[in-house]
Amino acid sequence: MNHDRYDDSYIRGILEEVRTIAIVGASANPTRPSYLVMKYLAERGYRVFPINPGQAGKEVVGLTFLGRLADVPEPIDMVDVFRAPEHLPAVWAEVETILPLPKVLWMQLGVRNDEVAAQAEAAGLKVVMDRCPKIEYGRLSGEIGWTGVNSRTLSSRRPKLLGQGVQRLSIASRKPPGAV
Amino acid sequence: MTEDTTAPAVHEPGFATLAVHAGAQPDPTTGARATPIYQTTSFVFDDVDHAASLFGLQAFGNIYSRLGNPTNAVLEERVAALEGGTAALAVASGHAAQHLVFHTLLTPGDEFIASRKLYGGSINQFSHAFKSFGWNVKWADPDDISTFEAALTDKTKAIFVESIANPGGVVVDIAAISAIAKKAGVPLIVDNTLATPYLWQPIKDGADIVVHSATKFLGGHGNSLGGIIVDAGTFNWSATDRYPFLSAPRPEYQGMVLHETFGNFAFAIAVRALGLRDLGPALSPFNAFMLLTGIETLPLRMQRHSENALAVARYLAAHPKVEWVSYPGLENDRYHALAQKYLPKGAGAVFTFGLKGGYEAGVSLVSNVELFSHLANIGDTRSLIIHPASTTHRQLTDEAKVIAGAGPQVVRLSIGIEDVADIIGDLDQALAKV
Repeated sequence: MNHDRYDDSYIRGILEEVRTIAIVGASANPTRPSYLVMKYLAERGYRVFPINPGQAGKEVVGLTFLGRLADVPEPIDMVDVFRAPEHLPAVWAEVETILPLPKVLWMQLGVRNDEVAAQAEAAGLKVVMDRCPKIEYGRLSGEIGWTGVNSRTLSSRRPKLLGQGVQRLSIASRKPPGAV
Repeated sequence: MTEDTTAPAVHEPGFATLAVHAGAQPDPTTGARATPIYQTTSFVFDDVDHAASLFGLQAFGNIYSRLGNPTNAVLEERVAALEGGTAALAVASGHAAQHLVFHTLLTPGDEFIASRKLYGGSINQFSHAFKSFGWNVKWADPDDISTFEAALTDKTKAIFVESIANPGGVVVDIAAISAIAKKAGVPLIVDNTLATPYLWQPIKDGADIVVHSATKFLGGHGNSLGGIIVDAGTFNWSATDRYPFLSAPRPEYQGMVLHETFGNFAFAIAVRALGLRDLGPALSPFNAFMLLTGIETLPLRMQRHSENALAVARYLAAHPKVEWVSYPGLENDRYHALAQKYLPKGAGAVFTFGLKGGYEAGVSLVSNVELFSHLANIGDTRSLIIHPASTTHRQLTDEAKVIAGAGPQVVRLSIGIEDVADIIGDLDQALAKV
């Protein structure tokens, strides 16, 4: 797996497949990137579990902080990590004991640890490094273009609205039913 | 890390495809295929929490057209894609773009280095308007790169150049100036108005920020003002504490740090959220629509502009009443080598030439053209002509006119996309009367 550059279909596949996301290093401070990502993903319909031992038990935007990954009461599809690269071995040591194993290990923008990535891939997980799921979701749905950001995607298909509002877009396939 | 060498290369769309499609998706609610003109000041919130998220920069979305507008956003993403940047911001004019860029980078008492060879309006803006903000310009000569290094001080916050310098004919060695900027740890800002990304993508040569007067070749039809700021995503704003709009907690946003939060498009967010929001030079969505429509044909127009300009430059160089022609597409031009390096697809449409008959000849020429329009703009489908000494530079002393490249014999052309035989025919009949 080449981690210098990801195909859009790889990222889209992950974001469509996972439903439950544990965010390691989540913050209760509304100006921190980890808070913004946690809230955004929850609003996009994911079941989000913030993990931060210092905040355990605290409730923010309807989400309850847990102390460790093992405290998550249901199977985790994806672990999103807001920790510096040197802390990744410790995070992986926790992740690899979870049963069933998560399907995806995602390291945030600025976080890359190739040794841990190789271990996770050997265990059957998909790995994403140095990316933000909020930015990737916004990019693939078309939302991020509202801010003048280069989404690096082209589509002649109408974007799909998400939920009741008019200012949320979905990453679901835009093709008509039956198309592949 | 294991390398998967069997994966197919990620396909990148070509420039002409991006010029038509980048940023523009069918409208999600109506299916409209052309980009609608969202002629509205404001946008309803889904609910109170959604409003709070938008105001706090926590969610992507629309609030008020001074901060962003869906029509303008398509223009922004399109130009970001064409320049190879991470994001862009569209504003009311090229001057507004420059104002917001420097507002984001400089505080009173700071300095920036600018090329001496710039559009006259930029020289005025930097010399006078910016001085009253306490932003001090130091001039350097793009024909002597060492003058940029010599102008650096510990107060220098940025370097500013034009890729092809107005009034045309000067090609600036962006890669060499970028090397100086990188060594000094300051961003390089390139005004790419005359080249457009079709002829030159300065980000590939080390520009950190690209600005445009979209009024010119991007729009291309002489019908709408607009300005664009493109974030290359290359500069590390957090390496020092010299760019606090990017690297320090912002009181305007409850202590958010923009570079940490928005990564490689933080500058585009900063010029929007801390510049456009507070200083206010918003672009009309109608103008954004006109500029977008123009950009769809940018590759075709720039090819034709450059082909026509080269033919006109060759005609003038052989004309007995013409003393000199300054067009880097000509083989004997002093900038021809730089043009071959940076502008292989053409040297653009704007250039100057000198008439042997001096001031009177210049006045006679602009008085006798019938296809060329005598006016003070460039980058139109129409061919344009101006005699700076009798118009834009008339108030200067003769000596000052020469220093500004607007001596009595100088005529500036912006060659349009008409049939080249008609363009040359018009100059020929007017020169015959000189």
